[in-house]
Amino acid sequence: MKRSSYIIMAAVVVLFALSWIFKAMALDGETEHYITRAFLVTFSAFLTLAVLSFLYRDNPFYKFAEHLFVGISAAFWMCVGFWTTIVQNLIPRLSQPLSEFFEVPYIGGSFSIRFYLPVILGILLLLRLSRKVGWLSRWPLAFIVGTTAGLNFVRYLRSDFIQQISSTFVPLLGTRWEGFGHFFSHLDLSATGQLSMILANWVIFLGVFCGLIYFYFSKEHTGVFGKASRVGIWVLMFTFGASFGYTVMGRISLLVGRITFLFKDWLGLIS
Amino acid sequence: MNIFDRMMLLDRRWVFLSLVIVCVVSYIIPFQIPIMVTDEVESIYDMIDTLPEGEIVLLAMDFDPSLLAELQPMTYAMAEHAFRKNLKVIFVTLSQNGPGMVDQAIREVADSVRLDRTYNGVFYKGKEIVNGEDYTFLGYKPYFALIILGMGQNFRIPFPSDYYGTALDSIPMMKGVLNYDQVACVVDICGGNVVDAWISYGQGRYNFKLALGMTGVMAADYYPYLNSGQVVGIMGGLLGAAEYEQLTDNAGLAKDGMRVQVFAHLLIILFILMGNIGYFMSQRDKRKLGR
Repeated sequence: MKRSSYIIMAAVVVLFALSWIFKAMALDGETEHYITRAFLVTFSAFLTLAVLSFLYRDNPFYKFAEHLFVGISAAFWMCVGFWTTIVQNLIPRLSQPLSEFFEVPYIGGSFSIRFYLPVILGILLLLRLSRKVGWLSRWPLAFIVGTTAGLNFVRYLRSDFIQQISSTFVPLLGTRWEGFGHFFSHLDLSATGQLSMILANWVIFLGVFCGLIYFYFSKEHTGVFGKASRVGIWVLMFTFGASFGYTVMGRISLLVGRITFLFKDWLGLIS
Repeated sequence: MNIFDRMMLLDRRWVFLSLVIVCVVSYIIPFQIPIMVTDEVESIYDMIDTLPEGEIVLLAMDFDPSLLAELQPMTYAMAEHAFRKNLKVIFVTLSQNGPGMVDQAIREVADSVRLDRTYNGVFYKGKEIVNGEDYTFLGYKPYFALIILGMGQNFRIPFPSDYYGTALDSIPMMKGVLNYDQVACVVDICGGNVVDAWISYGQGRYNFKLALGMTGVMAADYYPYLNSGQVVGIMGGLLGAAEYEQLTDNAGLAKDGMRVQVFAHLLIILFILMGNIGYFMSQRDKRKLGR
């Protein structure tokens, strides 16, 4: 490690300690556990700045924050999974002594094999860690894959296929359209609403039609077909543009969140 | 090296630094910007606002703390709106890191509802939000698709007890509430693919009214579901939250954040223009040299 690295590390430690002290002084009287609270706020601010420091370049502070996040997330998910599923859902249906041990209300009545099946499958899944009987873990995996495939098949067929196709069957001439003569002679809101609806329906129809043509590769994209395919590309570009715009907004929102934390909760510069 | 070449070679760290400066300055200086309300957000507001007192709203908070800044404002605005209208709320989270956030949101919204406030010219007297009577927090369970399907049969299958360990049968608000049939509408505020399951397994199978609040990154992808009538409305990112705050006349974090968005977007547009001008001018110079 270089000498400059030691100096930076020492500076960060000193700043951290100073921030902790000043924050604790600011919180004294506001909360009961003000020293712990001050430490947590300071540590959160340190982690925020450590992650943002990656924008300058990769560094040990960023790596520390990243590894801490991955490690804590994995441990947290495992604990939450155990206490919310196995303890709260499974044990109360399996055994009264175990329910009493974990202090959860026993809700099981007579013996039911269907609650023991997930226990067996779960144990089989863990056998993957063994070389000799690791092959047994394929059974629960097959069960998971089969169930997921079955559920997703129905899901996509109904909500993402049939309903989406049926929603593109739109009235291209409107439902009560009485012609342009009527539209120009009755420039009222209902008439313009009808016209805008018809235009929107044409955009949906042409957008879907041309978008599909772009993905049709069994015919060369030349002539009228090529022009329709070109319109399809434009439709896709508009979609990507909208997504990009929303993405920028999302990222700025996250930055706003961190700025709020740093300036309000940590530094206390804004109320 | 002329100015256009310099524009092309601008270090990205200058872009980051200028963006941070713009965001910080525009956040610290207080001013208001007009918020235009879109139909897709107004339809969600109307859905909640027109529900009779005592109806049940299921509010699913399916996001992680990393998306707190974007999704928490709309959660607060919507939960407070529901409580002020004397609706009952079932909170649930299908995200592992969600329970703590939901718990915090309930406490903070309860603090706000305790105060007398006037929204849209209507006076709302402050009141105490009581666990088990005004709301129930079911907690978290993994495998969201199965949980959504399970709740469609009976809330007690995936959630025998609530987050605080009380059996669902002994919660006053949950008496007679079996499944989605007793729920007026479902609002999913999400930052991942849980929303697909709510649309497909939930709305598709049980046909309840579904409204979505989601991150800006996701919003554009879900408009087809709005067009097909599968969802009632969409709140996209901080803008959607700000629109909801505008409708409820309850300015909060989202409206604060939107003024930063305005200047940050202007700066990004400026950089995009600079990059494009730099590119085309340097290409022109290269062509000239080629001749």
